[in-house]
Amino acid sequence: MLFSVLVSGLRYYMFTNFGWTSSQYKYCYYYSDAVLTIFLYLALITLYLQVFDEMKVEKYVRMAALLLLAGTALFSYGVVQQSSHRMVTNFVYELSQNLYFVGLVLTYILWGAILKLRETRIQLIQFVLSLGVYFSAFAATFAFKNVVSHNVVWFPYILQVLGGCLLPMAWAYAFLRLSPDARMVPARLAVVPR
Amino acid sequence: MAALIFVVSAIALLQFFISYCRSLIAASMKQPLSEEVRDVAGIPATASGDDFVRVIQLVHLCPDRPEDRGDLRAVGAYFRLLNIIRSTVARVIPSLVTWTELERNQCAYFAAVALDRRIAFSRDMLAQQMDS
Repeated sequence: MLFSVLVSGLRYYMFTNFGWTSSQYKYCYYYSDAVLTIFLYLALITLYLQVFDEMKVEKYVRMAALLLLAGTALFSYGVVQQSSHRMVTNFVYELSQNLYFVGLVLTYILWGAILKLRETRIQLIQFVLSLGVYFSAFAATFAFKNVVSHNVVWFPYILQVLGGCLLPMAWAYAFLRLSPDARMVPARLAVVPR
Repeated sequence: MAALIFVVSAIALLQFFISYCRSLIAASMKQPLSEEVRDVAGIPATASGDDFVRVIQLVHLCPDRPEDRGDLRAVGAYFRLLNIIRSTVARVIPSLVTWTELERNQCAYFAAVALDRRIAFSRDMLAQQMDS
């Protein structure tokens, strides 16, 4: 969260000094986005460790997470290496895009595990669900940009702004308003009844 | 491939959003409504989905609390989504009518709890001003 605040400050500086369409702002946006996505990925892995705490599988979760991150980076490198002369920039964009989708899949699996293991901590449940909304909003945005032309920009930006606002607000709410010991039955939250 | 990822992401977004809103609502369902709010909001026994808009208007009349602003927006968006489902998909799948109605009722209850909190908040603020 602290890094996110710093990045927002840096982006605002670039925006006010160089403008929305400048290459400086775009470089700053996409590079910082890649780093933020990696931080979020690590936050997601921490949530995995919390949910699987009692199973004593910490070592395996960390190892699998590192392998998946390395695999995603390699895949992204493989995609961009033949197609572009600006390889680092395209790699950063591709890595963010792929990490959002990997994050979405991992969050979905974690949500399934929460329902299966009957995890009842409200705070943890809200962290996972809001992260799920964030990852899926950004994954949908990137996929939408690839499906239609890059010129149709308003729809993806609306989703990104909504997703970008929701995550800090939802986490702040969960940190400030919910007690770490508060409990609920997660099965009641599933869209498909279990 | 990108189209498939888009569809999968959009479905996941919808599922996560619904579950997230339900988790917000579930957290407030345990809180009983005060008699005062029942009278003001016109909710005698159980909250009905049709009360939601009126209760939200009352909530906006109270002094703003930054803590619940985001939740109210999220549940407001969820309520609008339920209305869309009720007037479109639920016409084809009748079982969805009962589900959307139940969810709309819970949204109204959530709004009433938020109203209760805002009234208590304004009362505290007034008491602090009187003391100082």
